Amino acid sequence: MAKTIAEKILSKHAGKSLKAGDYAICTVDFCLGQDGTSGLIIDALDKIKAKRLSAGSRFCMVIDHSAPSPNIGVSAIHKKMRIFAKKESLKLYDIGCGVCHQVVLESGNVLPGDLVAGADSHTCTYGALGALSTGFGSTDLAITLASGKNWFKVPKTLKIIVNGRLGKGVYSKDLILHIIGDLTADGATYEAVEFYGSAIRALSMDERFTISNMAVEMGAKCGIIEPDHKTFKWLKALTKKAITPVYADKDAQYADIKQYNACKISPKIAMPHQVDNVTDIAKLKGKPIDEAFIGTCTNGRFEDLKIAASIFKGRKVNSNVRLIVAPASRTVFLKAMKAGIIKTLIEAGANVVTPGCGPCVGTHNGVPADCEVVLSTANRNFKGRMGNPHAFIYLASPASVAVSALLGKITDPRSYIR
Amino acid sequence: MKLKGCAHKFGDAINTDYIISGRYKFRIQDPKELAKHVMEDLRPGFYKTIKKGDFLVAGSNFGCGSSREQAPIAIKNAGIQAVIAKSFARIFFRNAINLGLLLIECNTSGFKQGDRLEVDTDKGYVFSKANGKKVNITPLPGFMARIIKDGGIIRHFKKHGGFKI
Repeated sequence: MAKTIAEKILSKHAGKSLKAGDYAICTVDFCLGQDGTSGLIIDALDKIKAKRLSAGSRFCMVIDHSAPSPNIGVSAIHKKMRIFAKKESLKLYDIGCGVCHQVVLESGNVLPGDLVAGADSHTCTYGALGALSTGFGSTDLAITLASGKNWFKVPKTLKIIVNGRLGKGVYSKDLILHIIGDLTADGATYEAVEFYGSAIRALSMDERFTISNMAVEMGAKCGIIEPDHKTFKWLKALTKKAITPVYADKDAQYADIKQYNACKISPKIAMPHQVDNVTDIAKLKGKPIDEAFIGTCTNGRFEDLKIAASIFKGRKVNSNVRLIVAPASRTVFLKAMKAGIIKTLIEAGANVVTPGCGPCVGTHNGVPADCEVVLSTANRNFKGRMGNPHAFIYLASPASVAVSALLGKITDPRSYIR
Repeated sequence: MKLKGCAHKFGDAINTDYIISGRYKFRIQDPKELAKHVMEDLRPGFYKTIKKGDFLVAGSNFGCGSSREQAPIAIKNAGIQAVIAKSFARIFFRNAINLGLLLIECNTSGFKQGDRLEVDTDKGYVFSKANGKKVNITPLPGFMARIIKDGGIIRHFKKHGGFKI
């Protein structure tokens, strides 16, 4: 029977042929937890009382959601993670290593065709490598860690084809916001999404991670991009492991097929308080902003910082705006530093904080005041997300955020792109 | 199983940040303490209005957003015995089943804030005393119903020495 990528990957990991709608026990290749979820993973493992952690060598924890710790409660969770990691000889990426999804990508532990479970909803990011990678809760992750397996429902697959070229000043963030706005926040619930088309192939790996990262914002289980020469080149720099990519069969069955023309997409913005509340950024032109944030597992990578720096070069952030930049990882931070990007950003007035999630999840490093407007490169704008339920969060591309921070108001970046 | 309780009605797309804000989930480990902040950003003081055994009733895509298991933990520990919604987001759905929090999928349009509801999971309906109507429940797949019956995934796993699909 012809299969989608999700059907093939799950079949391979179940050791039997599966089709959409089937339930199966699958072996998991890699799993992870972060400091918002690992405390409960450890508690659940206590209850399971497993003699050994079957997936221990294929697991890591990352302290990124509140790093360094902003309060005593979080410090206790971090301590618990450190003690547990030492006791079980597990890999722990401590404060400053970066956002889990960038750290895991850089570790070379996820390969095309892998099945990955992470106790973080944006685990879908690794779909850009051609892996079936999905978010789990803590107890689910603990069961996976203890047994090396978990139960999966084989999802139906939504095929999204994007042809044409993105225009100048339009980025993969604009494309995925456009798609989410069109399909809505539950447009792909419990489905796998496969992205195809010349516009997707033209994207760099950093840009592809942005696409897969936001698949969960339309409810998807995973957002897969089929591996190509760019994927293989990117992986080759990180690992010597053999790569066995998985591709969909030509006559695989899809739940639906959606087509988009990249040429027609303009810079987008997601308005409060839902990610699918998307419009053209030009429609909000002139709206004053108080805070600008560039970072996160969506848009805190090297290319994102480079785009921002190209806009800020020789200019200053508007005096009414606080600009916060969180590189996605220490590796990204160092690379950006060597390229002069960090210097440019700081000279422009940016506050560069420790690599991590802080501002996006509202734990520290930039909690807005009541009624303030934040323009962010993150993936969620839920009420209260950045730590204050009385603030208003808008989401856009790094270029849109940078240009808007320069002018102090929401601006279509196209006229400022050098 | 027959359940009776009062409805607390919410809208569509109730995300996990609304259920329990990141402000609390990162620093509070005690489930009873977490529960005090359930739905706080949407409805300040909500916790105090819950009577043990009440239902949380919502529209579509309940529990979308982050993977935080603190969301079903906060709901369960606030005394809510089941969430009744038009549809659930995937990770929340798994988390709730794993923790043994009952989820009921049905058309909730006819239910209003404060309605007395009767749920019969065996016969598969929710009855509203206010409008006298019965609404059919979309049954849980057998495997998931078994996890709930076993009292969550950990008990299921220990009881069967693994997963029993």
